[in-house]
Amino acid sequence: MTEPLVIDREGVDALIDALIDRGYEVVGPTVRGQTILYDTITSTGDLPVGIRDRQEAGTYRLEERDDDALFGYVVGPQSWKKFLTPPGTVFWKGLRTADGFETVEPEEPPSYAFFGARPCEVAAMKIQDDVYLPVEDGIYTERRKRSFTVAVNCTEPAATCFCASLGTGPDVNEGYDIALTEVLGGENHYFLAEAGTDTGADVLAELAAREARDEEVVTARRLVVHATDHMGRTLETKGLKDLLYANLANPYWDEIGERCLSCTNCTMVCPTCFCSTVEDRQALDGSSAERARTWDSCFTLDFSYIHGGPVRSSSSARYRQWLTHKLASWQDQFDSIGCVGCGRCITWCPVGIDITREVAMIRERDIRRVAVGTPAVKEVAE
Amino acid sequence: MHPVPCRVRSVVRELEDTFTLDIEPPESDWGFAPGQFTMLYAFGVGEVPISISGDPNDPSRLVQTIRAVGPVTDALTSVSPGDSVGVRGPYGSAWPTGVAEGGDLLIVTGGIGLAPLRPAIFEILEHRDRYGNVTLMYGARSPSELLFADELQEWRGRFDLDVLITVDHGDQVWRGPVGVVTSLINRASFDPESAVAFVCGPEIMMRFTIQDLERKGITDDRLYVSMERNMKCGIGLCGHCQLGRHFVCKDGPILSCAAMSDTFWTREV
Repeated sequence: MTEPLVIDREGVDALIDALIDRGYEVVGPTVRGQTILYDTITSTGDLPVGIRDRQEAGTYRLEERDDDALFGYVVGPQSWKKFLTPPGTVFWKGLRTADGFETVEPEEPPSYAFFGARPCEVAAMKIQDDVYLPVEDGIYTERRKRSFTVAVNCTEPAATCFCASLGTGPDVNEGYDIALTEVLGGENHYFLAEAGTDTGADVLAELAAREARDEEVVTARRLVVHATDHMGRTLETKGLKDLLYANLANPYWDEIGERCLSCTNCTMVCPTCFCSTVEDRQALDGSSAERARTWDSCFTLDFSYIHGGPVRSSSSARYRQWLTHKLASWQDQFDSIGCVGCGRCITWCPVGIDITREVAMIRERDIRRVAVGTPAVKEVAE
Repeated sequence: MHPVPCRVRSVVRELEDTFTLDIEPPESDWGFAPGQFTMLYAFGVGEVPISISGDPNDPSRLVQTIRAVGPVTDALTSVSPGDSVGVRGPYGSAWPTGVAEGGDLLIVTGGIGLAPLRPAIFEILEHRDRYGNVTLMYGARSPSELLFADELQEWRGRFDLDVLITVDHGDQVWRGPVGVVTSLINRASFDPESAVAFVCGPEIMMRFTIQDLERKGITDDRLYVSMERNMKCGIGLCGHCQLGRHFVCKDGPILSCAAMSDTFWTREV
């Protein structure tokens, strides 16, 4: 949109101030109990400065870095859906009246500035937009329209990252107001700042930023390309939808089901998972009631319960539903894959079930190929 | 997403645990298509999807038949005339009465599954000349559990509608067939080349019915079922009702078996 600018750490502080001045509640990564969570921040001092996260299947550890990187980590267990569709948000309140009841609107939501959203997370918001915006859900829609996004391109992916396979990172392409790329060069620690919207350009114009020199832009771009080549994992998307639809009866799901604890962690940490349930509450005297929306998970038995029992009673069926929805039926429903390659479900699975590995296994044991192969095996036997 | 408070005109007890509510629709120009449902809200208790069982040609009345099986349906069936219930909708797909025109039509249903088919029957009888043979096959547990029994008697008296009824267990005065509803299929007269079937009942009953109808030669693109799934929103947002690629609340509840060819026969989808 505009020429890339260069700011230093003070410039990042000025950016946070500028957003606060504009009335945004700035939320971003911050260390809480040995984990990087998203919470209100007021300066770069609140960011996990000089911290790195080590991630593997079922493993998450924070370590000290030997530099003052502001964004030297990737993603923690939370995503921005924490703010866009907060669990327990009240849809409406109902008041008992003489001839029945009436409903009243909930309070206005705050305007958030999402500070430090990773490209995969920006892509996840875009994916959730396709779920919520067309139906004007009254919770996500309101919050999303008021939000401001400062994205941060990734230069050091985790071992669990596979956004490059899905085209959702490590650089941000759309859906951001401002994009930052952090360049750590000893004395020359700078941030390339680029506007993605007019509002973003207006905010940047308020900062004491200078135009980036060509070599500064090249260095920043090279770091992102380097990240592309150093993804910890890959997910082959070719023919994925047909593969999964054709493998509903693959016995391999039962093998995953034996490991899966149905704990719902993967769905809670997933930035695209949108399944929810409602809670209807009533005052003790019956004079008022309210309905709140809270996150739900396809891994619970209640989720598919209808009169007579749950539709998906085995954990293998529930895992199959989750994975097949993410990677196959999502494509029919919303014209995109419901996975952005952030790797959270791998890291936060207590038994380390790895979506990329499970897809590779289904591909390897594709029942279509096995079925074709069967006569040949029989011939040999005869 | 807000339920509209609507006044209940009357409550009729159909069976031991089944009630029909006659509700004033949310708006004067309210209307629905046969097979659609609403989300009905009992104040402070909760909201459930309930299919509409009334006549689509009479938009002044929102008629819904509810079986009390849980807290919300208990509350909804305990209302008195003059009380308000919350209504959202109508939602979902409709029985494709247009697709069925010109050929024979089979309506196969069990238990409370007759309720969502009742609007389709009204619609078809309103335009009876557009269809060939029309056969209603209905199965109930016992003669005392026949839903809309008076209406079934009336429909049985028509020369342009075959009504076949079976029960799982007869009583001392029952002289009709005893057995599962699929046992009625052999008694129906239809041309499998052009016939269309609307099926609604417990999922296991629908699977056996579809199997038998396919065996008779009706292709899966002419077999329609009304699917039941857990629903919290009715608008494809809560995710609960997913059945393969479909959100049963907005792509269904009426789906053709052709559209579900990869999921209808798979367990626990």
